[in-house]
Amino acid sequence: MKHLLSVFLLFLILSLLHAQDGPALLQKVRDRLDQVNDYSADGIMKTDVSFLKVPEAPVKAYFKKPDRLRINNEKGISLVPKGAVTISLNNLLKGAYTVLDAGTDKLEGVPVKVIKLLPKDDAADLVLSTLYIDESRLLILRARTTTRENGTYEVEMSYGKYSSWALPDKVVFTFNTKDYKLPKGLTFDYDDGSHKQPQPAGSGAKGKVEIRYISYNINKGVSDHVFQ
Amino acid sequence: MPSSIPPIIKVDRLSKYFGDIRAVENLSFSVNQGDIYGFLGQNGAGKSTTIRMLLTLIRPDAGEIELFGMNLRTHRREILMQVGAVIERPDLYKYLTAYENLSLFARMSGGSVPRKRLMEQLEQVGLAERAHHKVKTFSQGMKQRLGIGVALVNDPKLVILDEPTNGLDPQGIADIRNLILHLSRSRGKTVLVSSHLLSEMELIAGRMLIMDRGKKIVEGPVGELFDPAQTVVELDTADPANTLEWIMRSPWQPFFRERRQQQLIFKMDKTKIPDFTAGLVQQGIRVMGIRQRHSLEEYFLSLTIANQHVETFTDRTV
Amino acid sequence: MWRLLQIELFKIFKRPRTYISFAAIAGMVLIIQLGLKFDGKSYLQLMMSSLSDSFYIPYGMILNGYLVAFIILNTLLIHVPLLVALVAGDIVAGEANMGTLRLLITRPVSRTQLMLVKFAASVIYTALLLIWMALLALFLSMLFFGTNDMLVARNEVMEQIGKNDVLWRYLAAFGYASVALSTVAALAFLLSVFAENSIGPIVSTISIVIVLTILSEMKIPLYDDTVKPWLFTSHMLAWKGFFYSKSNGEGSAIPGTVENLPAILRSLAILLAYIVLFVATAIAVFRRKDILT
Repeated sequence: MKHLLSVFLLFLILSLLHAQDGPALLQKVRDRLDQVNDYSADGIMKTDVSFLKVPEAPVKAYFKKPDRLRINNEKGISLVPKGAVTISLNNLLKGAYTVLDAGTDKLEGVPVKVIKLLPKDDAADLVLSTLYIDESRLLILRARTTTRENGTYEVEMSYGKYSSWALPDKVVFTFNTKDYKLPKGLTFDYDDGSHKQPQPAGSGAKGKVEIRYISYNINKGVSDHVFQ
Repeated sequence: MPSSIPPIIKVDRLSKYFGDIRAVENLSFSVNQGDIYGFLGQNGAGKSTTIRMLLTLIRPDAGEIELFGMNLRTHRREILMQVGAVIERPDLYKYLTAYENLSLFARMSGGSVPRKRLMEQLEQVGLAERAHHKVKTFSQGMKQRLGIGVALVNDPKLVILDEPTNGLDPQGIADIRNLILHLSRSRGKTVLVSSHLLSEMELIAGRMLIMDRGKKIVEGPVGELFDPAQTVVELDTADPANTLEWIMRSPWQPFFRERRQQQLIFKMDKTKIPDFTAGLVQQGIRVMGIRQRHSLEEYFLSLTIANQHVETFTDRTV
Repeated sequence: MWRLLQIELFKIFKRPRTYISFAAIAGMVLIIQLGLKFDGKSYLQLMMSSLSDSFYIPYGMILNGYLVAFIILNTLLIHVPLLVALVAGDIVAGEANMGTLRLLITRPVSRTQLMLVKFAASVIYTALLLIWMALLALFLSMLFFGTNDMLVARNEVMEQIGKNDVLWRYLAAFGYASVALSTVAALAFLLSVFAENSIGPIVSTISIVIVLTILSEMKIPLYDDTVKPWLFTSHMLAWKGFFYSKSNGEGSAIPGTVENLPAILRSLAILLAYIVLFVATAIAVFRRKDILT
């Protein structure tokens, strides 16, 4: 019995140690993110959604502390998924939450620490976020978020030139979509006679949007009106 | 009329049926150069059908047509270059002006016709002042004249006029008559003209063909058709019975033909009429009236009467 | 031939009724443009309703001249056959009715030539109608609404075309539409040969187009694989195919491509075959016809 208790205590201490490790790691990551007050970035957006057929498009991303992010196509039109903005890292990390340590994992061969965030505000749209953090580089490689309204999002980031600023070269954003259906009566489609594969029914379809950033302009000031 | 020049029109055993209806059957005739050739018959006699076959509007079921010595089937274009026609009503583009109509049809017949020539043509048919008015503002007579202008604009050798005086007032009829005579006499054109009025044909035609129900009844020079020896005399008297009794005993008996109620009908040489009248008066016969009529007219009248019911029930001329 | 064609065109364009079609198109285009100018957003919201949950939709940019032109064509190309029938159905029967046909045929012009020229004139009229429509629907809209990338709503897919990738597609679409409408002209022309006034062929053409369009648009399996592929109305909408791009394996549209060009060309070939069939039949019938009017 005593033996058992000591094992329990040991476990408790260990987990407490781990628990302290989680917020500490997170804080370090946060501090790195905090170096960036604002940026504007040029990138190429690639959309892979079953019901959208759009060409790759040049986009500009604007960020300003604390959590303002805007992705724009200034030369044309881009349909930007709403989640891609709400799930910005700064957005995830703001507010109060409980940090849970969920062990380690590997992402493409890179060992990562898995941390779960539970917002303390019960009414918040975010229900649960899971972060996969590369401890050695202090970079978030993947974030998965479950929201009350819009299902689960996932962002994957790869870093290169701007890793010292914790800014990714490539962001892949995956989200759930509803099927697109044009309201009846708006158009007669041209039936070219080819038999199309019926779309998988239901909301199981996933959409993917990828932005490859070419360059960042960091801490040079960003005017407020771009966010309007 | 033997001639070394081939006939302008030569029709040989032409037939056309519309379903069971016989429009033209086994019709042959020829028209010589410079003739005014009259086509006479009631509505539905087959005049228009024949004319339409001459103009390639209708395909014959049998028979051959030659114009200017060429077969119409094989030389349609060459032939029609030399033909001008007005077919029944002179229908033209109502939303175009007289000048535009004339120019349009002139261009369809070949090269472009100079403006001066078009204006001359309008002048000739008396429409120069209305040249730039839309046809829809024209009277029937003006349309008819413009139709003739269109037919003549390419200076055709053969002019075909189907019922050109239909719907015209007496002055209009006289104008057309003079125009036809002018075309033939001064400009050497061959004219084929159809009508259902004998009196009109008689005044202008050199030769004439009478049709009835698709068939040729008689054809020949008008001079021969209107043989004075064949004049019909209608006599009205107060007492036809007594008159007839005297006639039967008199030298006039061989000329008597028949009695129609109060009327006695004779056939005699036109020159005998004065003597005949004198004889009646000498005998104390009270003459109410005496009329002469060509035998052809008499005959034609009988056709008219026979066909009246046909006219009443058909408003389309075939 | 050219001289005869000039004469036919002269006749068409001297008639007031010819311009009804041009006025009608101008009217319809302006009404749609006005509507979209003032209430375009509602239309777009309806069009994009199932997307607005997951995406930011820049309505103002989407409502540009290219999209407006597409909406107009989409609406109008269903009605323009009526306008084409109005002239093509009249071109022989109208002359029969006026009585001018018999005069035409007594001219030294072969009936075949006359018919070819009349059909060519109907096609030119159709093409001019489309050019007029292009000027108003496309260029005027570009002026009113500006240009940007173009979104094309299909039944289950939303296509996006870069703004520098649009104009050639419109050119091709208008070219295709002129063939599609010429098919209607050929049908009206054929019916025109049988009639002695123009109401008959105009109304019959319109009725046939309506009935066949309904058949083409109905989803009835019995007809889908048997009758439908051969109805000319099934191929009249293929102009839209020019606005569908090929996709690279990753879901992005490849600029400058057409999703299914062979299908469009096949549709084009079917329409051309119909035109040849209708016109050849019309000429064959007309050559044998007795002109009694």
